[in-house]
Amino acid sequence: MNFDLTEEQELLQETVRQFATNVCTPTRRRAIFDGKDGHDTELWQGLIEIGLGGIALGDEFGGAGLELLDLALAAEVLGAEAVPGPFLGHSLAGLAIAWAGSDQQKKSWLPKLASGEVLGTVAFAEGDGRWQPDQWGLAGAGALDGVKTHVPFGAHAELFVVGTRGGGLALVERGARGLETEPLAGIDRTRRIAELRFAGTPCEALPFAVAAAARVRDAALVLLAADAFGGAAKLVELSAEYAKTRQQFGVTIASFQGLKHQLATMAVEVEPARGLYWYAAHAFDRVPAEAERSAALAKAHLTQVYMQTARDAVEAHGGIGFTWECDVQIYFKRAMFDRAFLGTPAAHRERAAALAGW
Amino acid sequence: MDLSYSAEYEAFRAEVEKFLAASWPLKGKEAELPGDQKASLLRGRAIEAGYLARSIPKRYGGSEQAPDVLKAQIIREEFFRARAPGDLAGIGPSMLVPTLLEKGTEWQKEKFIGPTIRGEIVWCQGYSEPGSGSDLASLQTRGELVGDEWVINGQKIWTSGAHLADYMFCLCRTERDAPKHAGISYLLLSMKQPGIEVRPLRQMTGAADFNEVFFTNAKTPADWIVGKRGEGWIVSRTTLKHERNMIGDAANSVMMFEGLVGLAKRTLRDGKPAIEDPGIRQRLAQLEGYVRSHQYSGYRQLTKAAKAQDPGRVGLMNKLVSTNLGQEMAKIALDLVGDDGLLEPTERRLGAPRDNGQWIGQFMWSLGSAVAGGTANIQRNVIGERGLGLPRDAAAQRS
Repeated sequence: MNFDLTEEQELLQETVRQFATNVCTPTRRRAIFDGKDGHDTELWQGLIEIGLGGIALGDEFGGAGLELLDLALAAEVLGAEAVPGPFLGHSLAGLAIAWAGSDQQKKSWLPKLASGEVLGTVAFAEGDGRWQPDQWGLAGAGALDGVKTHVPFGAHAELFVVGTRGGGLALVERGARGLETEPLAGIDRTRRIAELRFAGTPCEALPFAVAAAARVRDAALVLLAADAFGGAAKLVELSAEYAKTRQQFGVTIASFQGLKHQLATMAVEVEPARGLYWYAAHAFDRVPAEAERSAALAKAHLTQVYMQTARDAVEAHGGIGFTWECDVQIYFKRAMFDRAFLGTPAAHRERAAALAGW
Repeated sequence: MDLSYSAEYEAFRAEVEKFLAASWPLKGKEAELPGDQKASLLRGRAIEAGYLARSIPKRYGGSEQAPDVLKAQIIREEFFRARAPGDLAGIGPSMLVPTLLEKGTEWQKEKFIGPTIRGEIVWCQGYSEPGSGSDLASLQTRGELVGDEWVINGQKIWTSGAHLADYMFCLCRTERDAPKHAGISYLLLSMKQPGIEVRPLRQMTGAADFNEVFFTNAKTPADWIVGKRGEGWIVSRTTLKHERNMIGDAANSVMMFEGLVGLAKRTLRDGKPAIEDPGIRQRLAQLEGYVRSHQYSGYRQLTKAAKAQDPGRVGLMNKLVSTNLGQEMAKIALDLVGDDGLLEPTERRLGAPRDNGQWIGQFMWSLGSAVAGGTANIQRNVIGERGLGLPRDAAAQRS
């Protein structure tokens, strides 16, 4: 019985944390957040250099050959430090090719994704809450016609893994005929999104997509849950720190029981839920029968907790918390992203209910 | 991360399983004995085999095993599975015995520990008073040493099981001029004496599990004090590094959640199972997020304890989490039972699932657990102050 991290896993988290605090300083993060483009290629290259391009890709492709749990542990720290960048879409593109691609496709693309030579992403959403493989309607035989939306770093990526009708996956390269990408004004400025329009765009199907697409979706849910946990836990810290600093009536506001209880309630919502994403990742790696449902529950629960914690954190910071300058809003908007991306908590709870045979 | 047990532990589990298969239920003439005698027989044998009373030395009636949280967990699981009586719960075994082990004198340990863990004597805890709840150290019940006896006057309240108890462990003010915390002593006394009057307090559930206890020149021998005079506050804070049940509580929440899902499946709404109602499905799935969090948090705390590592502040949150869960489950259950919410828990019901009455009881009981053993707000103070490092409450700091 061992429900805890290994030393290597703790070291992995520490490495990402060190990088985030040393390189992705609040000033730099703010510049990216406020910038027009939203993609700091140098920062991204730094993340690639510490190995985040291919944690869960095979070592024959230049990855670290680890599992989803390890990838999720990195996601937690990136969430805690609100690190901007294309980690989510890029990781998912790699996993999709690793699980659904032919040997040739893997050989062509995975080394380039692991080394950061190519930036990848996934294009799943078709609007109106249609995110899931069985909801994809984009025609995918040979050429693509239609629209995909909410594509992470869709305006920057060079390789797209596109969800197609019947739960298929297809590769499209930037510059392909008939492909237009248009940035959207996404709420989370640390993870920009774009719309993709296809008109007779040539694509290359991933042969094993039917089995793998749902698996990629589940991995995405776990990564979002991990990011949400990291962000929410950080907000508890930031709010407690602020309360210990800010003075009113000659004492720190942390000594007022009303605020103390709010902060305790936030902590009780967040801290015990760490295991939810750990277990979902563990089930994904080792307990296949529980993987899909655990991922759905973890994403629903943790992203809702994150959203509420972000609301509470704004309140706990008072007037300053409501300003554009205050970094709490960066987390708040990441919480909005985590909550909505790939479907709402309600949608995933309904899936969890159905999967339990309720 | 690996939720299975190593071969060494699986072998231990097999050993416990084998013991239970041979020992429980009792066979032959022993099977005819009254329930409490059967339980006591099994407990005696399980102590001999080293499965119960593990943290207690042999000379006081325990089995004196090396601390091992994983073995303790396996024993709980296997005894639960076999429906065999495990270590006695209750205030005596869980609070008094660890305190005596750490702070008691030799004769106190010899006299009290064995009978307490075998269930031969029953204890109640005399802490709260009408004017001293959260601010317990303000207690006023007096103990005065007269000759070779303590003479006790005053009143305790919320004393669970006082009407059934043989003895009480009790906090009394014995040092009149000492500061608040330093004036308290930890006394043991017999409940079966003329100076003690127990009056039941009826709860909103209708049951009367706790009491007021009045002391009028109640007496106890001078050496029935645990620790020195004026050390009672510290003695009452004693905790031992014994095998703590980190995940038992979470297992209860999981079991209750499964019961609730069962209720939703059996309950009909407009002729269809309530579990098909989209609103109920959402609420159950949302609740399950909290239930599983609690369960996995228990796994993690168990792992940390097995490695002798501090689980961190999450360890302070368990009571509040399980209280919150109990409340939420009770609310969903009340919506499910519908009309049956008009009836007392014990009233007969027409065509309703049998356990509806229990859920109505639970609707009220879940509030009791939000108050007992430190209110939810006191828990939040502890989490805020000890967990998040926020300053202590100004009023509490002054006193």
